Amino acid sequence: MRLMTKRASSPTVDAGREASEKPSHQMSRDRYSGGRLLAESLTRHHGWTRAWAKSTPQKRYSVVIVGGGGHGLATAFYLATEYGIHDVAVVDKGPIGLGNVGRNTTIIRSNYLHPDNIRFYDFSLTLWERMEQTLNFNTMVSQRGVLTLFHSVAQRDLFTRRANMMCLLGADSEELSVEDVRRRVPLLDVQNGRFPVLGGFLQRRGGTVRHDAVAWGYARAASANGVDIIEHCEVIKLLCEGGRVIGIETTGGTIWADTVCLAVAGHSSEVAQTAHLTLPIETHVLQAFVTEPIKPAIDVVLIYGAGHFYISQSDRGGLVFGGGIDGYNTYGQRGTLPTAEEVAATAVTLLPSLSRVKVLRQWGGAVDMTMDGSPIISKTPLDGLILNGGWCYGGFKAIPAGGICTAHLIARNVPHPLSAHLTLDRFATGRAIDERGIGPHPYSH
Amino acid sequence: MLRIPCPWCGIRDEVEFRYRGDALITRPSPDAGVEAFTAYVYGRANPNGWHTEWWLHVSGCRKLIRVTRHTFTHEILRAETAESCRPLSGGAAS
Repeated sequence: MRLMTKRASSPTVDAGREASEKPSHQMSRDRYSGGRLLAESLTRHHGWTRAWAKSTPQKRYSVVIVGGGGHGLATAFYLATEYGIHDVAVVDKGPIGLGNVGRNTTIIRSNYLHPDNIRFYDFSLTLWERMEQTLNFNTMVSQRGVLTLFHSVAQRDLFTRRANMMCLLGADSEELSVEDVRRRVPLLDVQNGRFPVLGGFLQRRGGTVRHDAVAWGYARAASANGVDIIEHCEVIKLLCEGGRVIGIETTGGTIWADTVCLAVAGHSSEVAQTAHLTLPIETHVLQAFVTEPIKPAIDVVLIYGAGHFYISQSDRGGLVFGGGIDGYNTYGQRGTLPTAEEVAATAVTLLPSLSRVKVLRQWGGAVDMTMDGSPIISKTPLDGLILNGGWCYGGFKAIPAGGICTAHLIARNVPHPLSAHLTLDRFATGRAIDERGIGPHPYSH
Repeated sequence: MLRIPCPWCGIRDEVEFRYRGDALITRPSPDAGVEAFTAYVYGRANPNGWHTEWWLHVSGCRKLIRVTRHTFTHEILRAETAESCRPLSGGAAS
């Protein structure tokens, strides 16, 4: 068995190696590096400053981003660094990073079928690959590979088509025989009675990322570039005037803005509704689970092909896994037992030895399920309101690309070429991007 | 685990049912135009609160029932037979 690659757990260690690629926008005083860590260790670590500044809202900003999650913070960061707009505020009802950016199973990949989706998610993957240098923060990007299993000849044909599409567009995918799969994941019961494993497709560039570090890294880098991060400031309603959004009313007072961007996936409908905007979105809960820490056992992200199940092992040793959405509208970020039971049953079918491992924690995240299963980065019928939402269960891997594309739309007022297909009006014009051909039934996506 | 009070079968576990979505959307009349049909097919109120929805009792009476459920607490206010709700042909209702 190949052992999991150990990554440094300190946010500062990796950064030193990249000192030559120091981005000009980082304040050198607060730059993380190996040398800095060494110096601080000699002075009892008293020299570290806050990673990002606590701000109180000004009266007015060029851009106000609602939602301090991955997409909101990434949008703010790219607005400041790529598009030169520094007069930006990110408001969040709680501390940043407590929403879906901290509730997912941390997987990054770009194994899609639809060409527009492959281009978008693969762009995201290239941004993940250089994220630590860009942000000067160890987000623990681990390209350990994403292995999707197939269980029938028809499924192999389908996945071959997907792999070919990916390779044509510059992403990577390769087929593994069942022996290769067995070698890679010895715990796997390839001859399981229900859906024997016939092989798998591996995307080597896929993997996992430390999700909290993504929120922290973007927040720190955005803050260093002049973005105000305002925590504990809940939006009460969007303020409109003559078909235009002109600001937001919050628990911290009114904030006026030229552009308001919603990045509150899971609650997009609720916030949009305050401006009488109905969205093609239903809110559902997606659960995730983590087991007690065990020795290195699974060194890839493993995805089951005959149902909804995916599993990886965190650097701490816990097995992180999840399944499908619970399947009915809910804002309760907890999840219910029938789905938990189904996920556990699938886990044990595939990896029988997991029946001896205890689940340590379980949690749920409220996700925006769109009517075609694809996200939305778009203008809205209201001028001055940009929507980044509808991420379904796949928002995490899209964070860097979503941030750049949303920043592009805000700054240039035209969609980024890579997200031009993710408009809100695609439903009215018949251009829905239904990756799995399910139709307008979000509870089935 | 939801415990759904099926008006035909009594209280049953959610695993016996299949969710069929928002029950308050109404099919517009055929000449209502693209905007009305887009709203019908794709627009959803998606409330954080009381939600009226269809559930199909697949492992029971196989009837469609209309349930009013809170989307945060999951409390169920009422469950009605589809027949008692409204005429199933749309148009005039909206």
